[in-house]
Amino acid sequence: MSEVLTAGEARERILRILLPAVVFVLIVIAWDLVVRINDIPPYILPSPGLVVATLFDDWPILSTSLFATLETTFEGLALAIVGGVGLAVLFNQSRLIEHSLYPYAVILQVTPVVAIAPLLLIYLPQQAAVLACAWIVAFFPVLANTTLGLNSVDHNLADLFRMYGASRWRVLWELKLPAALPNMLAGLKIAGGLSLIGAVVAEIAAGSAGAGSGLAYRIAESGYRLNIPRMFAALLLLSIVGIVIFLLLSMFSHLMLRRWHESATVRER
Amino acid sequence: MAPPASGSPIVSLRGVAKTFGTGTVALDGLDLDVREGEFLSLLGPSGCGKSSALRIVAGLSEPSRGIVEWRGGRDLGSNARDNLGFVFQEPTLMPWATVFGNVFLPLKLAGVDKAAAAPRVTEALAYVGLADFAKAYPRELSGGMKMRVSIARALVTQPRVLLMDEPFAALDEITRFKLNDDLLALWRRLDMTVVFVTHSVFESVFLSQRVVVMTARPGRIHTELAIETAERDGRFRTSAMYAAYCRLTSEALGQAIDAHAEAAA
Repeated sequence: MSEVLTAGEARERILRILLPAVVFVLIVIAWDLVVRINDIPPYILPSPGLVVATLFDDWPILSTSLFATLETTFEGLALAIVGGVGLAVLFNQSRLIEHSLYPYAVILQVTPVVAIAPLLLIYLPQQAAVLACAWIVAFFPVLANTTLGLNSVDHNLADLFRMYGASRWRVLWELKLPAALPNMLAGLKIAGGLSLIGAVVAEIAAGSAGAGSGLAYRIAESGYRLNIPRMFAALLLLSIVGIVIFLLLSMFSHLMLRRWHESATVRER
Repeated sequence: MAPPASGSPIVSLRGVAKTFGTGTVALDGLDLDVREGEFLSLLGPSGCGKSSALRIVAGLSEPSRGIVEWRGGRDLGSNARDNLGFVFQEPTLMPWATVFGNVFLPLKLAGVDKAAAAPRVTEALAYVGLADFAKAYPRELSGGMKMRVSIARALVTQPRVLLMDEPFAALDEITRFKLNDDLLALWRRLDMTVVFVTHSVFESVFLSQRVVVMTARPGRIHTELAIETAERDGRFRTSAMYAAYCRLTSEALGQAIDAHAEAAA
């Protein structure tokens, strides 16, 4: 399908990119002016230019922290997918297991992870504890959404599979999992952001424990040292990581669904 | 020329009752013979259990009482039951699979590999006039085309008995007329038995050799009519004979609804 945009659509598209960019530039200029006019010292509020400069100057330290946080986030996300989808399939196949375990999945979800993290840090090695936090917050949306997807299979299609003598395994593999895919991907999109949050919460909780190396740990440490520009630089990196994860997962979801799912359909008006 | 409706029974329902968990009595004491090669319609108001009866014949639902007896018939052996096609009211396609993938499904579940199945899938798609759409996804098709895919999927196993549960109810009249014509052509060509559930008097008279009128709560047979005509085509649809049959059938349906109202009063 060729992409022919009308003048109106082209304008709409430019505005959608241009407007947020203009707002961004205005905020940065205002920030810079506030710092200059009031002559605010960098240990209270660094200027945007200084934050970017710090990002480059401290890149060796920050990049190490960035990769540590990325590693935790993606490992947490991977485990959340395995755990969330795995549990959802298990629950779908056995009511006994579902009734036994589902309440605990909910309890794990509703208990604030900030409160669990210090305990985990006592009983687990630091890296494992951080990973566990990322997993705890990220697995539930995958579990809940996949469960919903698996349970909302078209009854008539299920009957059809039964009529043609499909085994339980084939019903799962060829009917339930494909049908659940859109929900699963929606859960994944939420889980990506949450996994980063879980990793950050655990790193902050680990805080002064010392051995930490992630971006959140770097923020806490820079705070103690009154290195405010580095705090901002690390925060900027965390933000960018969150945005990139969201964009990557959205793109992945679109690629998986674009051929058949309504959500990926571009409607002509 | 339609085959005679006097074949021996291919499946018989004897004293079939169906009561749902909610206490709703969908069917009670249903006796029905489906004759080999015939085009049979089950006609009745909502809640008369016609869909339940069809699901019981398909083995998708177990009768609460009574028996479903499959008979060998011509060269069928005991396999008749395994040789069914079912078409739902909705197209009921897998949106993630192409038209080919959807029609391939019954063969795939039967363990036929893709290469061996391909000619049969292509043939089934040709039956319904969708040979060029094998690679399309369901969302790219119109409602009528989706229903054609659904019919092709039911036909791909070359069923002896095709069960259809109000398949065209959601379609516009022009599309429905065309699908009615095509369905009749397929029925003649493929020499199968069709059981067609509908709530449309006009559709049942146009399509079937025998219309079984059912009454509601509990669902059972009120009466049955034989529709005897040499040809079923555009001329039949506008003929006085068609109109007369429709009037007869409407009267029977009206009595069936009144009978239920009296029983309820």
